[in-house]
Amino acid sequence: MNMPLRALAMTASAAALIAAAPVAALAANEVSFVQSVEPAGLDPTVSSPVAAGQVTWQNVFEGLVAIDRDGQVQPQLATEWQVSDDGLTYSFTLREGVAFQNGVPFDSATAKFTLERILAEESTNGQKALYAAIEGIEAPDPSTLVLTLSAPSSDLIYWLGFPAAVMVEPSSADTNGTAPVGTGPFKLDEWRKGDRAIMSAWDGYWGEKPALDRIVARFISDPQAQVAALKSGQVQVVAEFSAPELYDQFASDAAFATHEGTGEMEVVAGMNAERPPFDDIRVRQALMHAIDRDVLIEAVKSGHGTPIGSHFAPGSPFYVDMTGEYGFDPEAAKALLAEAGHPDGFEFTFKVPNRAYAQRSAEIMQAFFAQIGVTANIESSDFPAAWIQDVFQDTNYDMTIIGHAEPLDINIYARDPYYFNYDNPEFRETMSAIATASTPEDRAEGYARAQRIVARDLPALFLYSEPRLAVWDAGLEGVWENGPVPSNDMTDVRWTDR
Amino acid sequence: MPALTRSARRIGGLLAVLLIASLVIFLLIEAAPGDPASIMLGTSAAPDTVAALRAELGLNRPLALRYLSWLGGLVRGDMGVSYTYDTPVAGLILDRLLVTLPLTAMAVVLSVAIALPLGVWAANRPNGPVDTLASVFSQVGIAVPNFWIGLLLILGVALGLGWFTTGGFPGWGAGAGPAIGALVLPAIALAIPQAAVLTRVTRAAVIEVANEDFIRTARAKGLSRSRALWRHTVPNALLPVVTMLGLQIPFLISGAVLVENVFTLPGIGTLAYQALSQRDLIVVQNVVLLFTLIVLVVNFAVDGLYSVLDPRLRGRT
Repeated sequence: MNMPLRALAMTASAAALIAAAPVAALAANEVSFVQSVEPAGLDPTVSSPVAAGQVTWQNVFEGLVAIDRDGQVQPQLATEWQVSDDGLTYSFTLREGVAFQNGVPFDSATAKFTLERILAEESTNGQKALYAAIEGIEAPDPSTLVLTLSAPSSDLIYWLGFPAAVMVEPSSADTNGTAPVGTGPFKLDEWRKGDRAIMSAWDGYWGEKPALDRIVARFISDPQAQVAALKSGQVQVVAEFSAPELYDQFASDAAFATHEGTGEMEVVAGMNAERPPFDDIRVRQALMHAIDRDVLIEAVKSGHGTPIGSHFAPGSPFYVDMTGEYGFDPEAAKALLAEAGHPDGFEFTFKVPNRAYAQRSAEIMQAFFAQIGVTANIESSDFPAAWIQDVFQDTNYDMTIIGHAEPLDINIYARDPYYFNYDNPEFRETMSAIATASTPEDRAEGYARAQRIVARDLPALFLYSEPRLAVWDAGLEGVWENGPVPSNDMTDVRWTDR
Repeated sequence: MPALTRSARRIGGLLAVLLIASLVIFLLIEAAPGDPASIMLGTSAAPDTVAALRAELGLNRPLALRYLSWLGGLVRGDMGVSYTYDTPVAGLILDRLLVTLPLTAMAVVLSVAIALPLGVWAANRPNGPVDTLASVFSQVGIAVPNFWIGLLLILGVALGLGWFTTGGFPGWGAGAGPAIGALVLPAIALAIPQAAVLTRVTRAAVIEVANEDFIRTARAKGLSRSRALWRHTVPNALLPVVTMLGLQIPFLISGAVLVENVFTLPGIGTLAYQALSQRDLIVVQNVVLLFTLIVLVVNFAVDGLYSVLDPRLRGRT
């Protein structure tokens, strides 16, 4: 009987030895941040732009201009710019003495190359459409870049500050996905796929050196694992915490700083306006009346969310509160349904991506719909693969639900085709008017009008705007509190005690 | 039949199975809904951008051509280039195997180290306290899923006691200590359900052999109880245990998918999961084919092990 006992004892002591090995200590000037979706490549100007930007935007790559933490356009590689009176010519003065991390100097030729690459026919830049107004690109001298537009585009300068338009240079452009070369303060040391991307401060940076020596993006998708990594000190920043029910524990913990910031995500339940009964505006209005958005937010997001009545995030300067328009009123809903010829309700298929927020929201909505006699049959859809195919490409659905993360994206309702099959000439005109607006007031008025139109037409049921729940180590300062751009800009982050 | 022809025939059979498997895998994955290009570009991309990316990835080529070029590449040892990562698949898989293989090996060793002593001890003293313990352990171990054990270990051992990191993998470059340390909790989570099954099989096999006539003869000839157990009972009981272990290894590797996700380990499981949700078809194809190969090779090895354990089988097919 001795042998098994001895084996057990040996196993136990071996385990104890391994356990005693110290957990790798954190270097003094290092910060690890969680990035829940690992990007396919690290170049934000091709394919999966959002996740790539969340790792490399501002850290490795910079643009002509940049959106700052308050959502304002700031000079970056362009020091200043003039817009002609007709809004058709943009003239940029470029910063001198800037080099890429491989030594190639940045000048108007590289800037021209970058923009031409975005607009090229074989371009795989997912945001290409935002820059479509650019017609001509001239580089009269190394520090001047002149853009001519086919039509005025008041948002262009804003989009030039986005990750999709960061500056790249010809010799490294094709390999930026795996070996990014930018002009930013950090350069990539190593990308361990499936685990982390390690970046360290770069000596040749043109601007002020960052306070941190090293930053690490940790790819952790599971919210529980994010909590564990934060609590055990493996990561210090989670800019977008995906599980609101796990967030509150950090708010009461002095070791962490938390901020419920404004995000750009609007969760909406889009309907296929070409399929009866959703082609009837009264049916869509009735369904909106049926939902108590506060209850929904409480159940789905533990109260962390703001009801919306239109497709705009409450943090935006252009936001107009439209939640009063079709507020919770089951009686009005039933009346509208009866008027539309469905006094006994109807039945439809609710195609729901297999994501927690979508599934939970759909279940709550199903219960609200049942109260006005409408039966929603929930059909779970594999996200992103099957869902994008069914809803986006084939438009084969009745109702679906999704969070739209891009800022100022109310223009999706003017797109033809888009998955709503919504077609309103008045709305499209409003969008054109915004693009050609010459004063900020005109632009704001245009966005307000656009919000009123979709709040009335309801191509989608507007549910809530998701806050950006951020958690970081209380010893850090400079972490972005809000998320005007999905990003993890670490350039101003520092430890207060080191 | 000479041993050489026999081996050649078996390897030929293995290759034929692999070939059929590759076709089935390819067609199944092609049939799954979802277009890699539109997933990579996200929801805001215009249709012409999607078309440009499809052309760049070679997705416009005919089905048969894509299958044959994959197969042709495999023969030359080239698994193709990942759609999403834009790097060679072989390198991706190799990096991940350096996590998953040690993890699985640790789990196998651990489950044998738990199950063998526990099962033998329980069988040797049926209805004793150890037998009761073994029975409770195997009931609970079989009922509880491995990822949940993983979550409990993270909460209790990693966060509570602080003995291990909660997840992630420092890489072998950081030294063997931290790397093995990162695999201990996932290996335990993987091992416990397998150990539970193995304990039952061991106990039943030992009890069965212990009742055989030759054991009674051995005891009658004056062998002590424990000598008879170790000299005669256990070696004869190993056959079903090894069979079970062989069956479990594919389960361990597939179980690693969930456990790796819980511990955010960059193993082959997380790669498969991520590639599938991104529809990085070329990666999925190769990973599934690799799993098939592993199952076939393990079966092959278990067959070989039989003849080592059972002298009667030597020289037979």
